[in-house]
Amino acid sequence: MTRPVAPPVQEDSIEPANNFEPNISRRYLIDKIFVSLTWLAVAISTAVLAALLIDVLIDGLPRFSWPFIGTDVKDAPCLRLTPPFLVTHPSEFTGAACLKWPFIMDFPSRRPEEAGLLSALIGTVYVMLLIAAIAFPVGVGAGIFLEEFATDNWWTRAIEINISNLAGVPSIIYGLLGLAAFVRFMAPVTGGRSLITGALTLSLLILPVIIVATREALRAVPDSLRQAGFALGATRWQVIWSHVLPVAMPGILTGTILGLSRAIGETAPLITIGALTFISFLPDSLQSPFTVLPIQIYNWVSRPQPAFHVNAAAGIIVLMVVLLFMNATAIFLRNKFQQKIR
Amino acid sequence: MLQDPSQPNANNSHQMPEPALRAENVSVYYGSNLAVRDVFLDIPKHKVIAFIGPSGCGKSTILRCFNRMNDLVDSARVKGRITFHGEDIYAAKIDPVELRRRIGMVFQKPNPFPKSIYENIAFGARINGYRGNMDDLVEQSLRAAALWDEVKDMLKKSGLALSGGQQQRLCIARAIAIQPEVILMDEPCSALDPISTLRIEELLQELKEQYTIIIVTHNMQQASRVSDFTAFYNAEATDRGGKVGYLVEYDRTEKIFQNPANEKTQEYVSGRFG
Repeated sequence: MTRPVAPPVQEDSIEPANNFEPNISRRYLIDKIFVSLTWLAVAISTAVLAALLIDVLIDGLPRFSWPFIGTDVKDAPCLRLTPPFLVTHPSEFTGAACLKWPFIMDFPSRRPEEAGLLSALIGTVYVMLLIAAIAFPVGVGAGIFLEEFATDNWWTRAIEINISNLAGVPSIIYGLLGLAAFVRFMAPVTGGRSLITGALTLSLLILPVIIVATREALRAVPDSLRQAGFALGATRWQVIWSHVLPVAMPGILTGTILGLSRAIGETAPLITIGALTFISFLPDSLQSPFTVLPIQIYNWVSRPQPAFHVNAAAGIIVLMVVLLFMNATAIFLRNKFQQKIR
Repeated sequence: MLQDPSQPNANNSHQMPEPALRAENVSVYYGSNLAVRDVFLDIPKHKVIAFIGPSGCGKSTILRCFNRMNDLVDSARVKGRITFHGEDIYAAKIDPVELRRRIGMVFQKPNPFPKSIYENIAFGARINGYRGNMDDLVEQSLRAAALWDEVKDMLKKSGLALSGGQQQRLCIARAIAIQPEVILMDEPCSALDPISTLRIEELLQELKEQYTIIIVTHNMQQASRVSDFTAFYNAEATDRGGKVGYLVEYDRTEKIFQNPANEKTQEYVSGRFG
């Protein structure tokens, strides 16, 4: 081994050549410009949203009044503390004390000051529960199969591309599909223009969103976790159920929130399948006719009388409260899962 | 004893009565690419066997053949024969899930489940139908992995709350909880600091009383400290521009490090390449 010898110092290389021009102030200026631009983007979207909200609140809030205890003499629905809790049918009115809530607990009417959105509110709650019950298991199941079980070949890749495209298809197309498949073809099962038809149609609409979100969430689970499970002699399903799904669940729930939030505001596909706009009774089975909040709001907005427009604004407020409540539930569930992981 | 005529350097001449694992002419392909070729190995019971060699020489690939983890890679194919107590583990009647209970594995990066320390140990036992007392098993496994004293008061805490070295010992405890016969370790100390590494090395000496251990390592001092036998793998360029790994020499660790039969081994253990 020879000792490495330092190369002789050359005179002309002592002076470091100044090849850099840092130009700090200019770079900071560009920084500032971009911060301002992104801030402006936030400001614009927030301002528009705030203007919308304030406008709706100013128009709609006066329509609400507090619930009060009254006697169920007239045919306004009311809430009892004993079964049947929600009294809506004339034959059930007995004159007993019962909770009344104007607008929230009134059926639609041709007189705007007597009209309410009880049937639409209950319809929305039922439809959302049904959608969650249908779309969540089917969507998550499909996502798990495609991500964890299916081998990666052109066939599964074709399915993947199609599912992503389906997420962008206009909702009215789903309405037409629902009309053909559920209203006409499956009429003996669904009862035609019914609650279950609406729920199935909207489930189809949000399935791609849930499938894509599930796949993304599963893909984000590190493979080392799966290997750890397999190395202990776990089967594929045991690995997925015990280790992969709990870690992926927050992401899956986020996707489900997005899907359900889309479904709750949809009007077009439901009008296509023929959801009614004037319903003065509550759905009593999956095959009952139904209406939902967006349809009721759409109906009121298209009336000429200004008093109905006030009703529409109030309906929008109710829809937003339902949406907030639904998202809060999903976020609560998501946080619970995240705590379990840590 | 096995002697491969095409591998004059694969020295298997030492006496090993009834090996736990035996690889006969094993080659592994990923798709159409040959990753490792013609490996002959006898793994004796209750010893520590080190796999050393430069990156990409196929030592981890061979390790993963022993518990059929390569089955999980769609494109992987294993040729040749691997026997476990004389039985071909790639035979149709051998179930990989059952095999993996008997041949455990510890990975390069500590990968505890994002669950409690207790649950990390109990999971493997539970899915394999353990019928004894779970609390005892958890304590016993953590003691065997020299972790009990550090975690006994926090069994309900997440496994991820531990330090890297503790996590890796938790993974070892998790592996021994299902009472395997062999433990495969894929560079178990490469993500750990020297003190944690030392603790794991000490642990290996205790564990080999009961288990057969195969450890892949890039650290040659580690191989010489902990192992009884050492297999040196190397990679050579192929005509198609890729490289393929092969077993150069397999012998007692002292021989590999002090008087290897192959020139390549000599160069590698003395730090001149790799």
